[in-house]
Amino acid sequence: MNFFTDNPDLLFHLRHPLMRKIVELKERNFAEKDKFDYAPVNFDDAMDSYEKVLDVIGEICGDIIAPNAESVDAEGPQIVNNEVIYARGTQENIDALRKANLMGITLPRKYDGLNFPIVPYTMAADIVSRADAGFVNIWGLQDCAETINEFADENQKERFLTRVANGETCAMDLTEPDAGSDLQAVQLKATQNADGSWVLNGVKRFITNGDGNIALVLARSEAGTKDGRGLSMFIYDRNHKAVIVRRIENKLGIKGSPTCELVFKDAPAELVGSRKMGLIKYVMALMNGARLGIGAQSVGVSEAAYREAVSYASERKQFGKPIIQFPAVYELIARMKAKLDASRTLLYETGRAVDIYKTYMHISEERALTSDEKAEMKYYQKMADFFTPLLKGMTSEYCNQNAYDSLQIHGGSGFMKDYSIERIYRDARITSIYEGTTQLQVVAAIRGVTTDAFLNKIREYEAQPLKAELQPYRQILIGMTEEYAQTVRTVIDAKDNEYLDFHARRLVEMAGHIIMGYLLLLDTDKEERFRTSADIYIKMGRAENRARAEYIAGSSVDELAFFKQTAE
Amino acid sequence: MGLKIIVLAKQVPDTRNVGKDAMKSDGTVNRAALPAIFNPEDLNALEQALRLKEKYNGSTVTVLTMGPGRAADIIREGMFRGADSGYLLTDRAFAGSDTLATSYAISCAIRKIKEYDVIIAGRQAIDGDTAQVGPQVAEKLSLPQITYAEEIFSAENRKITVKRRLERGVETVECALPCVVTVNSSAPDCRPRAAKLIMKYKHARTATERTEQPNEYDTLATARPYLNIREWSVNDIETDAKWLGLSGSPTKVKAIENVVFQAKESKKLTDSDSEIEDLIKELIVNHTIG
Repeated sequence: MNFFTDNPDLLFHLRHPLMRKIVELKERNFAEKDKFDYAPVNFDDAMDSYEKVLDVIGEICGDIIAPNAESVDAEGPQIVNNEVIYARGTQENIDALRKANLMGITLPRKYDGLNFPIVPYTMAADIVSRADAGFVNIWGLQDCAETINEFADENQKERFLTRVANGETCAMDLTEPDAGSDLQAVQLKATQNADGSWVLNGVKRFITNGDGNIALVLARSEAGTKDGRGLSMFIYDRNHKAVIVRRIENKLGIKGSPTCELVFKDAPAELVGSRKMGLIKYVMALMNGARLGIGAQSVGVSEAAYREAVSYASERKQFGKPIIQFPAVYELIARMKAKLDASRTLLYETGRAVDIYKTYMHISEERALTSDEKAEMKYYQKMADFFTPLLKGMTSEYCNQNAYDSLQIHGGSGFMKDYSIERIYRDARITSIYEGTTQLQVVAAIRGVTTDAFLNKIREYEAQPLKAELQPYRQILIGMTEEYAQTVRTVIDAKDNEYLDFHARRLVEMAGHIIMGYLLLLDTDKEERFRTSADIYIKMGRAENRARAEYIAGSSVDELAFFKQTAE
Repeated sequence: MGLKIIVLAKQVPDTRNVGKDAMKSDGTVNRAALPAIFNPEDLNALEQALRLKEKYNGSTVTVLTMGPGRAADIIREGMFRGADSGYLLTDRAFAGSDTLATSYAISCAIRKIKEYDVIIAGRQAIDGDTAQVGPQVAEKLSLPQITYAEEIFSAENRKITVKRRLERGVETVECALPCVVTVNSSAPDCRPRAAKLIMKYKHARTATERTEQPNEYDTLATARPYLNIREWSVNDIETDAKWLGLSGSPTKVKAIENVVFQAKESKKLTDSDSEIEDLIKELIVNHTIG
């Protein structure tokens, strides 16, 4: 089994026309081709490398990670002498990926990384998530290295990034018992010694892979402060052995991934970047990367759920025929596929935006950007800022819906441990919770609604050339856009922030349906096989948006009081 | 001290995933319907070689394969996993070789390579399942051989220590180097292809490949000699024509039969102890069990 080659949709998204720009920027016009024997010499060479490496990931996922998923889920990690011991399969997965040089995919070559753009890395996460949604958490924490690469000094980069690229794992220590969604309340204490070095004291909770080799820790460096401006970012190196893993949470899903409670006892740590910038700058960057990662995880889990549904419904016979032949079942499956395709196209659209702006950001440290480049960086950064929460919010909800529907198709069998959908269903649940719940994604994405950032982007999609036979779909989307714009006006004109918050999720979802509808339509313009999903998704989105518009039109600021009763 | 290791590998049709059209109507293998893969036990052999290379600084692993031009894929596959270089032995003169002619050609190529400490091969190939080529190569080169190897513990002081997996247990044996080792599928799986090695070696090609399908990356080989896969024809090694190809192959296929397994007879038993006992006795008598 190869999870890359058995899914032609991946190659389709990998070969997007914008990749040429992304690769040329990322490779600085192939400046390293004579410096590293594995650097590409031109665009085609780079793309060919991505495909070949994704093929390896697909093979490892199909042959090792997916077959291990069941035993990893059953066995889970454990604490031995205050340290985490992974399940046997987890360790085997890590070893295989380490040997295949897949632990530092986006890191620069000078730190032993592969220097891949975000898009192929995201695709790897998409594939790994399909194989085992719990495992992708451990592997995907190489994102932390990306943050070190962005903000740490050269000396730190040399010491830590090389270790990550060679297979050491990371952790991102943010959450505390009293600081979850509200990270401004973080209390873990950072104290500076007379010689300038730092030590950390306190407790972190719900830390994924908390015993990882290299941890990024958010801590209060400014004694007496209470808000986000008193927080700084630190690197803690596990080799100091000054952190105890007090407990591993017993979770509903992603059981292979150790979620730890950590106790820091005079743990030596290094400051990353500038003091006081921990939350306001670095965590924001870290979170955006992580949210893109959850988008990829959601898509991968959706893919797994969809495949399980198709395979079960094709084999299971009732009333003399496979159940996939009954409308109640094939409708569910077709909708699953539409949501999956919509999620995936949004994932890579977002990934490309992140790629371009981040690469420009790195280039700006090497030389001054031209004004055109600056404008382009700004454009894509803004797009990434709004698309990332939209992606995370929408795709994680779709992932849950697909897992639910897939299990439903399995009937009683799906409720048993005998089929992998039981695990997939449990694993899916976390996607809409961690790295910011769907409700928090809405808080970030709503500015895309109120500033018209989504609307402007929708107008751009609307202006794209399209085959004549696809015009009717565009007409539907134009209608949806008018309805959306008008609904947004109504809510904004009420001039009541609470009323806006109340309808925020509905508005964001309306924008999401239109954006994903357009993306699927543009995909169909290039490849006919997306037409089914485009048709189903656009019409489903039209109905969904109509319902939201109706609901909003029939509501008023006063009415909030009814809902509020429960809060009093 | 570094070891010079030769891995013998074969490109085979993937007989593990046989579909309906795997055999032609004349009873021969329909190679077009089966993907060509690295023979599985040769991958186990390669892994043992790579472990030795990691253990003994300065060691090199060279993949030697015989086959048509496309068998160069096997050498690239080997390099993607950690082999340093390879030789493709290819010539019409080798066509139709049975195990005897194959081992003759391979042993001649190894003589030409000249310097080696250990030759490691898979126990057998999944297309023929003969398990003869490894041992025959050893005989032709007058080398000691260790078959059914599962793990190579060490190879130092001109001595190799190997665990063998036999039908009823394991044994650990020692042997003087150089020697031939053939490896079982019970040995550890081969490591995955490594991203950096793929990118480093993906443009490695034979001279014939470059002539037949030139591409823009061929010029890279001038500055990067490791991108040239050495290709030997019958003229590059010292051979006696009568031992080669069809004429050197005493094996003659008389006929091939398509066998379809199906249950010829079935029996229904009740769950009484006596009937089950009778069945057990019957199975012991006809040697199905026991």
